[in-house]
Amino acid sequence: MSTVNANLTYNYKVVRQFAIMTVVWGIVGMGLGVLIAAQLYWPALNLDLPWTHFGRLRPLHTNAVIFGFGGSALFATAYYVVQRTCQARLISDGLAAFTFWGWQAIIVSAAITLPLGLTTSKEYAELEWPIDIAIAIVWVAYALVFFGTIMKRSTPHIYVANWFYGAFIVTVAVLHIGNNLALPASAFKSYSAYAGVTDAMMQWWYGHNAVGFFLTAGFLGMMYYFVPKQADRPVYSYRLSIVHFWALIATYVWAGGHHLHYSALPDWAQTAGMVMSLILLAPSWGGMINGMMTLSGAWHKLRTDPILRFLVVSLSFYGMSTFEGPMMSIKTVNALSHNTDWTIGHVHSGALGWVAMISIGAIYHLVPKLWGVRDMYSTPLINLHFWLATVGTVLYIVAMWVNGITQGLMWRAVNEDGTLTYSFVESLEASYGGYLVRFIGGAVFLTGMLIMAYNVYMTIRQKEAAPSTTAAAQTA
Amino acid sequence: MSTFWSIWISVIVLGTVFGCWWLLYATRKGQTTDTETDRTTGHSFDGIEELDNPLPKWWFYLFVASCVFALGYLALYPGLGNYKGLLDWSQESQWQTEQQLAEARYGEIYARYGDTSVEELYTNREAMQIGQRLFANNCSVCHGSAGRGNIGFPNLTDDAWLYGGDPDSILSTLHNGRAGAMPAMGTMPNMTPDQVDEVVNYVLAYSGRAEDPEAAKAGEQVYMQACAACHGQDGKGNQGIGAPNLTDDAWLYGSTYEWIKETVVNGRQNMMPAQSDRLSEDQIQILAAYVYSLSR
Repeated sequence: MSTVNANLTYNYKVVRQFAIMTVVWGIVGMGLGVLIAAQLYWPALNLDLPWTHFGRLRPLHTNAVIFGFGGSALFATAYYVVQRTCQARLISDGLAAFTFWGWQAIIVSAAITLPLGLTTSKEYAELEWPIDIAIAIVWVAYALVFFGTIMKRSTPHIYVANWFYGAFIVTVAVLHIGNNLALPASAFKSYSAYAGVTDAMMQWWYGHNAVGFFLTAGFLGMMYYFVPKQADRPVYSYRLSIVHFWALIATYVWAGGHHLHYSALPDWAQTAGMVMSLILLAPSWGGMINGMMTLSGAWHKLRTDPILRFLVVSLSFYGMSTFEGPMMSIKTVNALSHNTDWTIGHVHSGALGWVAMISIGAIYHLVPKLWGVRDMYSTPLINLHFWLATVGTVLYIVAMWVNGITQGLMWRAVNEDGTLTYSFVESLEASYGGYLVRFIGGAVFLTGMLIMAYNVYMTIRQKEAAPSTTAAAQTA
Repeated sequence: MSTFWSIWISVIVLGTVFGCWWLLYATRKGQTTDTETDRTTGHSFDGIEELDNPLPKWWFYLFVASCVFALGYLALYPGLGNYKGLLDWSQESQWQTEQQLAEARYGEIYARYGDTSVEELYTNREAMQIGQRLFANNCSVCHGSAGRGNIGFPNLTDDAWLYGGDPDSILSTLHNGRAGAMPAMGTMPNMTPDQVDEVVNYVLAYSGRAEDPEAAKAGEQVYMQACAACHGQDGKGNQGIGAPNLTDDAWLYGSTYEWIKETVVNGRQNMMPAQSDRLSEDQIQILAAYVYSLSR
């Protein structure tokens, strides 16, 4: 290990701010998720008001969890990891603070505009053009801070976690700007620059890479720092890092076409989307292997360290959903799964199992270091959170698998005269049980987040009760 | 697409697949060992070191296999620009094949009834069970699963028919569809608000419900000028053009003062889609008999 400059201090303020907002937006976003899950089971909870209707709260849920919770976790960890692995302070504290307040303002404006019904109607890109411009500006500032810090690093090489964070930042900028090009018609109304199937293809090029780069590449960056750090083991294979990084970013951008199987999209684009999605299995698993095998020689730590459990189980869910994804991209499988709850289950095995769990593990690792205390306030509570998160995720996914396959089979069932056996409403009726289990799973997961908030609060208070020096915080 | 774009697409698709392939082999070539090692690359980042382990063999072959599969699939199916693939598959051809298979499998069931008249068919229990299923699949979205209709969608179980409830009219409706249009203010586009009130009262008076008898009386003149051309001087409608009878208790839209006023002021547009492109002659015959049976 190279020597650390004794005078070097890191900017932890912005990391602390984003870490706290990760927990806050996690609770808000997942709370909204539980509410809309409940609305599907008890429709009266729509309250007959436009602002609280499922159709408006659902995009608020996705925006709050992806950009509020996931985004804050990515900002927090990217700023922490890039400083520590480059041994350099962020290039500009002012710009970093701008990204924090700018990003929070964007999420708040999403929370205002979406319930008001102001939407572009593009999934995961619902925000209207003034907010889109704000996102682009904050994102460019993020890129400046991140890459600027890499440029002034005092290490000879760039650590693999930073490759992934870097790819995530660059690609999300391209995707966001590309998909959101639009002609404004008024302050909060715009028309997409693309029409028809081109618009659909642009949307899913963006939509799938929101998953591929925002929710995968960024979180792989997180994985590459926090797993070896928490396990205190070297990364399994540098060689594997290289192959799976380049293969992952090269093939992910192709995969969007699999959202438009059997549509007006030309056959060649559907085929390309499908084969690249299949190739994507190995690069995705490369990340899982590199994380899992990093634990070889340290497996016993799982018995005592619930933070490591979060990280390892998140990798298992990552491996599972990156197997499921390529399978669902096969046209024949997609013909069954498309438009069913299976898709929603697949997304949540990634979102809850992978993205949320690795973020939670990373935040538990971070909080004591950021506030300069030895450990989290309560390890048993982390352990309780781990079990709630795992059980919640499993209930959610299983409910959606059962619902999805039931729906897919009911929709294609035919009588002996070739007419459809079931009406849509019958398949909806058959889904009620799953909707209840999904609601319970989500509520269990949310309970874990509330326990986390308490634990984080008590940890920070602990620090205030017994202040330690900043030097201790820096070298922890 | 043009040859340029076709080549461009082929190059970048194959380039990505072969690029993965090259990356895989090039990285493996530099491996210093075949087995797991404790040796690191010498880098250290915040205390994190990286081992110089080889690519796991099973993973390496999984990756190669997925590239091979991709190349095989791209040879068989359309993926490289204008290249059609060795199987000459397209989603249209798959759809047509499935249509033909369905026709071969189910066509005979419907053919049994296709030549039977509607009057005879509607008493055939088996045919009516098929008819009910056809109705559930194709008609119930608008007309309701029991055929009782909804606002803007006719009730098929009563005696009121916009275009006639005899077998030939029903068949014609199913085959060709119907387009009903009532212009705003009928044939009197310059109708004043007072005249609207009068004519609405006049229409209500047909069913003895005029809210203002004076206005209803004055409305006769407005009615004759604005409405009678289609709905008839006696208000009994005209099935030739689908103009509803205004004297019965069947209302396509609401029957209250407010509803009728809305209809008069803004007009109405109705559309029953033609089924002959979607269903076979035989199926339409059975469906017509089923609809006929609903009002018996």
